[in-house]
Amino acid sequence: MTREPLPIPASAYDMDHAEEAEERRTLAVLVDNEPGVLGRVVGLFSARGYNIESLTVAETDRNKHRSRITIVTTGTAHMLEQIEAQLLRLVPVAAVVDITKSRRGIERELALVKVAGTGEKRVEALRIAEIFRARVIDTTNESFIFEITGASEKVDQFTDLMEPLGLVEVSRTGVLSIRRGKDAG
Amino acid sequence: MDTQPLTETETKARTMTGAEIVITALREQGVDTMFGYPGGAVLPIYDAIYSEDSIHHVLVRHEQGAGHAAEGYARSTGKPGVALVTSGPGATNMVTPITDAMMDSIPMVVISGQVPTHLIGTDAFQECDTVGITRCCAKHNYLVTDVEDLARTIHEAFLIATSGRPGPVVIDIPKDVQFATGTYIGKEGVYKPTYQPKTEPSPHAIEDTIALMRAARRPVFYTGGGVINSGPEASKLLRELQEATGFPVTSTLMGLGAFPASHPDWLGMVGMHGAYEANNAMHDCDLMICVGARFDDRVTGKVSAFSPGSRKVHIDIDPSSINKIIRVDIPIVADCKAALKALLDGWKKTKAKKPDLSDWKAQIDKWRERDCFAYPENDGSIRPQYAVERLYELTRDRDTYITTEVGQHQMWAAQHYHFEEPNRWMTSGGLGTMGYGLPSAVGVQAAHRDSLVIDIAGEASVQMVMQEISTAVQHKLPIKVFILNNEWMGMVRQWQELLHGQRYSHSYSESLPDFVKLAEAYGAHGIQCSDPDELDARIQEMIDHPGPVVFDCLVTKAENCFPMIPSGAAHNEMILGSISGDEIDEEGRKLV
Repeated sequence: MTREPLPIPASAYDMDHAEEAEERRTLAVLVDNEPGVLGRVVGLFSARGYNIESLTVAETDRNKHRSRITIVTTGTAHMLEQIEAQLLRLVPVAAVVDITKSRRGIERELALVKVAGTGEKRVEALRIAEIFRARVIDTTNESFIFEITGASEKVDQFTDLMEPLGLVEVSRTGVLSIRRGKDAG
Repeated sequence: MDTQPLTETETKARTMTGAEIVITALREQGVDTMFGYPGGAVLPIYDAIYSEDSIHHVLVRHEQGAGHAAEGYARSTGKPGVALVTSGPGATNMVTPITDAMMDSIPMVVISGQVPTHLIGTDAFQECDTVGITRCCAKHNYLVTDVEDLARTIHEAFLIATSGRPGPVVIDIPKDVQFATGTYIGKEGVYKPTYQPKTEPSPHAIEDTIALMRAARRPVFYTGGGVINSGPEASKLLRELQEATGFPVTSTLMGLGAFPASHPDWLGMVGMHGAYEANNAMHDCDLMICVGARFDDRVTGKVSAFSPGSRKVHIDIDPSSINKIIRVDIPIVADCKAALKALLDGWKKTKAKKPDLSDWKAQIDKWRERDCFAYPENDGSIRPQYAVERLYELTRDRDTYITTEVGQHQMWAAQHYHFEEPNRWMTSGGLGTMGYGLPSAVGVQAAHRDSLVIDIAGEASVQMVMQEISTAVQHKLPIKVFILNNEWMGMVRQWQELLHGQRYSHSYSESLPDFVKLAEAYGAHGIQCSDPDELDARIQEMIDHPGPVVFDCLVTKAENCFPMIPSGAAHNEMILGSISGDEIDEEGRKLV
């Protein structure tokens, strides 16, 4: 029997990871609002090497003691399946809803965008803000703060356009999600 | 020891201190034995234990020992193990056993003291963030800040530890909560809406599996610790299903004992140091039915070459285990017991005859003929395999429980000690914790006072927890620590020989203690043996001694553990070792 020498050090941990395309997903994680629950969810992502692109959390049903965590993550189909299963393994997690896959999901993000400038650039910023239905919530002679709501791509596009017009800083909420129709979850 | 049932007035709502709530709740949960170590933040609970006769408390020498003892108790009885430790170092010393129990799905409830609530977050004396530290290594954990939540939390912890995929649950109780007065509520009605493990299999999946089973010509059952965790009924059903189908059975390290090793269709253990016939059957089968195992990397070897021609069915109570490592054709999310019952009923209903597996079994017999666990004769010194074999022969007809540490001796024990019943084999599989075996034996012996409990140990592992022999002496737990002493960290040495050009970096323990004197210093009995001809008599002496024994068995120093699937290789690429006529020469072995 001849044997190809194995790479040294050889290890079973060099598992073949099939080259799969990464997808972006928005997951709504419905949890019992108990101390440490966010830590459990975030800890799971870091311990198992999953990505978090955006994360929002707040109590959404005081009577039922429920919070909703919306996580935007990327991964292969296999990884995303594992993320869902691993989340459901956590004791306080009641449900995981794949908002992207459900096709009935709505995603929104809110951003506060500070733009400083004078003259022509200032006028242009205001004009673009109108197109995007962004509201002016603070103004000085040399700056605006815009409030914009929309899908993440819309917010991205808006900040890109503001960049040459004197973008100073952006504060974003991260993605919020809900499903269309009358049912919860 | 029987637990006294609570009287009716005790179970009804009534007022008591937090410490009394802890003890009352443990009694209601049927706890008869617990393992622990006192300290400042847990003294009120120890005060409540002082006047409590129905719970036997085993004082250990190090909190890690309490955790492993609770694991041993749990694995050998099927009941949850309970450990009680103080805050800070008490809790951090428990991290290893908690992680160990998590990896091997062992039901365990750990109660830790915490500094009083008003001091939490101030870096108080012996404060640590216990729930933060154990969040990622326990199945669930709690910090109880209100005494009114305490009873419910303890009952919920037992529910979570023992149901679904079992695991460790930590309850951190600040000292002021232990002193405070609150209402006791019984376990009835404790319910966690977000925690509802699925235990019954889908009928469609069962039907599809039966169809595959009827068509299979080269089937194999690949069973694991889940069968043991599911209870003795699951092992019984596995045997019945095997009887009805005639399928051969292999098992992971954790699942040994679920199927009797004396059965002609037993293939032996699968995996890195498993049987040649088991690994080849896994590789060449056309139907693999995985029951309560999780395709661990020590089992699969190279994933891309894992059992390439088989349909795979995976029964697991934890949905996250399914498709985690190996893609399967039919996932069955269920308790092993329920799934095996459904398969057995389904198989009987089809009135199928036992399929003709004679070609497959003839092939398996050919693999068996390689006699993969053969080892060289003793040449003056005792071969470690021979030592385990003799230990098996001299104890097989007794009521025996075996625990192990981690390393070569663990694999030799798995290969050469044979189990007929579940719950008789306690080993650290997932985490691979050196130092598991001795305290685990303490826990097993505390649950089975009159049984023979043997820790098959290595001289390196056992020194990590040697102090627990003192626990055994104090509590009159006559455990036998059978050390295969080769003066090396054997598995490290073996890997260095095979993978690192024989550069034995820090794997030799100089200045080993005299284990006989050490045993005597602790008040135990010490035996040393180096002569193969004397071995039987010395083992008999160990068995006959009424108290704890440390047996220093001096074995061949540089023995390697074979057969072996080199990591990164496939199941059909096992190295059998030089004496089996395998053609790998010295040079080839170095390359592996």
